[in-house]
Amino acid sequence: MSKVIKIRRGLNIPLAGEAEKILQTPPLSAEYAIRPPVFHGLTPKMLVEEGTPVKVGTPLFYDKYNEDVLFTSPVSGTYTQLVRGAKRRILEVRIKPDGRNEHIDFGVESAGSISREQIVSKLLKSGLWPAIRQRPYSVIADPKIKPRDIFISAFKTTPLAPDMDFVVNGREAFFQSGLDVLGRLTDGDVYLSTQTGETMSKAFTEAKGVRLHAFKGPHPAGNVGIQIHHIKPVNKGEVVWYLDVQDVITIGILFEKGIYDARKVVVLNGPEILNPRYYKIINGAQLSSFTDNNIKEEAGVNLRIISGDVLSGEQIERDGFIGFYDDQVAVIPEGDKPELFGWLIPNTDKFSVSRTFFSFLMPGRKYRHNTNIRSGERPFVITGLYEKVLPMDIMPMQLIKSIMINDIDMMEKLGIYEVAPEDFALCEYVCPSKIEMQTILREGLDTMKKEFA
Amino acid sequence: MKALHNLVEKVKPNFEKGGKLEKLNRTFEAFETFLFVPGNVTKKGSHIRDAMDMKRTMFHVVIAMIPVMLFGMWNVGYQHYLAIGQEVAFLDQFVYGLIRVLPLIVVSYASGLAIEFLFATIRDHEVNEGFLVSGLLIPLVIPVTTPLWMVAVATIFAVIIGKEVFGGTGMNILNPALLARAFLFFAYPSYLSGEVWIDTTLQEGQQLVDGFSGATALAVLAAGELQYLPSAFEMFVGTIPGSIGETSTVAVLIGAVILVATGVGSLRIMLSVVAGGLFMGGLFNLFAVNDFMAIPPYYHLIMGGFAFGTVYMATDPVSASQTGTGKYIYGFLIGVITILIRVVNPAYPEGMMLAILFMNVFAPLIDHYVVAANIKRRMNRLKKAEVTIQK
Repeated sequence: MSKVIKIRRGLNIPLAGEAEKILQTPPLSAEYAIRPPVFHGLTPKMLVEEGTPVKVGTPLFYDKYNEDVLFTSPVSGTYTQLVRGAKRRILEVRIKPDGRNEHIDFGVESAGSISREQIVSKLLKSGLWPAIRQRPYSVIADPKIKPRDIFISAFKTTPLAPDMDFVVNGREAFFQSGLDVLGRLTDGDVYLSTQTGETMSKAFTEAKGVRLHAFKGPHPAGNVGIQIHHIKPVNKGEVVWYLDVQDVITIGILFEKGIYDARKVVVLNGPEILNPRYYKIINGAQLSSFTDNNIKEEAGVNLRIISGDVLSGEQIERDGFIGFYDDQVAVIPEGDKPELFGWLIPNTDKFSVSRTFFSFLMPGRKYRHNTNIRSGERPFVITGLYEKVLPMDIMPMQLIKSIMINDIDMMEKLGIYEVAPEDFALCEYVCPSKIEMQTILREGLDTMKKEFA
Repeated sequence: MKALHNLVEKVKPNFEKGGKLEKLNRTFEAFETFLFVPGNVTKKGSHIRDAMDMKRTMFHVVIAMIPVMLFGMWNVGYQHYLAIGQEVAFLDQFVYGLIRVLPLIVVSYASGLAIEFLFATIRDHEVNEGFLVSGLLIPLVIPVTTPLWMVAVATIFAVIIGKEVFGGTGMNILNPALLARAFLFFAYPSYLSGEVWIDTTLQEGQQLVDGFSGATALAVLAAGELQYLPSAFEMFVGTIPGSIGETSTVAVLIGAVILVATGVGSLRIMLSVVAGGLFMGGLFNLFAVNDFMAIPPYYHLIMGGFAFGTVYMATDPVSASQTGTGKYIYGFLIGVITILIRVVNPAYPEGMMLAILFMNVFAPLIDHYVVAANIKRRMNRLKKAEVTIQK
């Protein structure tokens, strides 16, 4: 039986607009895109010319500093356009689908019959490798390194996160095959974490070849970083890998069917969605292909569309493309209206962890949270607040301060290897000084990575 | 609201870069954000943010001080009429106190905020809200008889030397309001001790009652005149001489409830200070050689500035210890040192101010060791992991 780990510190943000458990398959998107900036620290080098026809799995570009890591097309069609930003940075690699769905055949093999090297090379060639990420640094895993362990979280606790039981439904066998593949990649263990009382799917609770842990508690209990910390923390010099449930499924399909199946289930939700629900799309799809006619249009209300969750996701345009790792699109109102004495007036439509608003008297209520930042940035003043939402033996304020002063030695001592920006998202959310903690932490991770490169 | 907002938007260009009043940009911004929470949206990181901000945090501390302030005003009047032997209505007592205390508050805010705005302009940052609290704390911790110019000088000193030289709110080592008081205490000692606690300005035909002393409870004890000590009930309610805001433990407790309930003040620190005070008071009881050492330990909590300092001063998050464990140590030692100074040191009848300032200085050291313990846990884990690998 799995062990239950209780997480006491944290916070579930009550955001309105939870999705119904309905799965729809929208029509093919007009265009698909892979967005290199989504992969932190990646310098892409193109492999194909504009106008080239591609199949599902055709390599489009590779990582300049890790040439084995390929990024392949999620659909068959034509590579039409390269969108560049400032300093000629590649922002989007766009593909126009032809609807024929031609796949490159990577060969059907069982994980048990081939060597670890062959497995790695297959994952690299098919373009599935970028789905595997590592701690420290929270970047694409280095294929030359053998990880200590591999971690998978079978539940998410971010606001309005998709229900993984629902997501895995019907693909349980592939999930198990994916786990079998991962088991071959490490000499350590594959850890799978479930949520006590919530995770019901047998794909998770009866998964084989993994070490199961059950977690109980508020967000960020579902963050893999928190789980690693409580199961077997990352020490200096160690590397662990982690990936999402759906990426495990995709790996399973690769070995069972020999193809890169880029389809994934995403949830569209948030207070500004008319009918929040789940969609089965192909990775890299244009948002408009499934959000059209499902967004509330209210005069005078600007909207923010987020690929990912509202705490760590990325703002994108309506005709933008979903991020490689994201399984959620949330739409919330912008908070761009000034508010008379907004800081002073007792107010019932705002949520706060502090008990200076009335939200603490209305526990069941869901909020139409907007993007207003409320105040300018201030230095750290309030103490003891960040610890309440970071269930790790890590001192958040001290760590952030050590990054601010670029004290590499201190960052290491305070445990920067164990954390990723998403773990600090709640600290950033509650911060009354409005300090950009996720951004600062990412800078710290970049500094460390460069230092030990 | 719309009209007001339009007005703000209309005058705004004058204060922006290239405008006529460009230099007052930060001042304008402070007033603008005071009126309106600006429509600024998140650009990086978390898309949604908690509705709590610095203004609201500081405002709640101010709210928590209001009971103390009101009681203090009334007590100023009450003590005054007591000293001259007149019996007047409750409202008259309050109005008298209001007239005496209000100028102190106005001077404190005006001088302090002037410096804050000046530094915000020079250093080009937003005006910080921290002084909203300090500005009210300063008048509450001084005697009502303090000359206004002294309040201004002390406030300016505290804001510049106590805060701005370190980089402003959030960077200071000492509690600015206490620093202002310490400045007065050492620069103008005769105005901060002796018969200064009661406003005894006499008008024609008025005279002090016979046997008027005007000494605080602590001064009475230090002098060994136990027979003049007010009753515990009087000290608890606060109808005794003392600094404007410090006398009433009841009013302070109301403030404490507000601070703790809203989560703004640290209960951890408050309880530790009380524990430290009771511990030291109890210890003196065991070895009592004089009356002061023999008083019941809880007397210490209701005399002088103990309650006020515990709730409003020791809990200042910037100058206090910033780690969870550190807060226990920090608070406990404040309690211990306060009683130590009160009972043992004949020169200072009151120890709260010095104890807090002293522990403000030591808070970073406490934190250093708490952080070191966290680091050590991580190092030990690393060592254990290495041993396993070698095996």
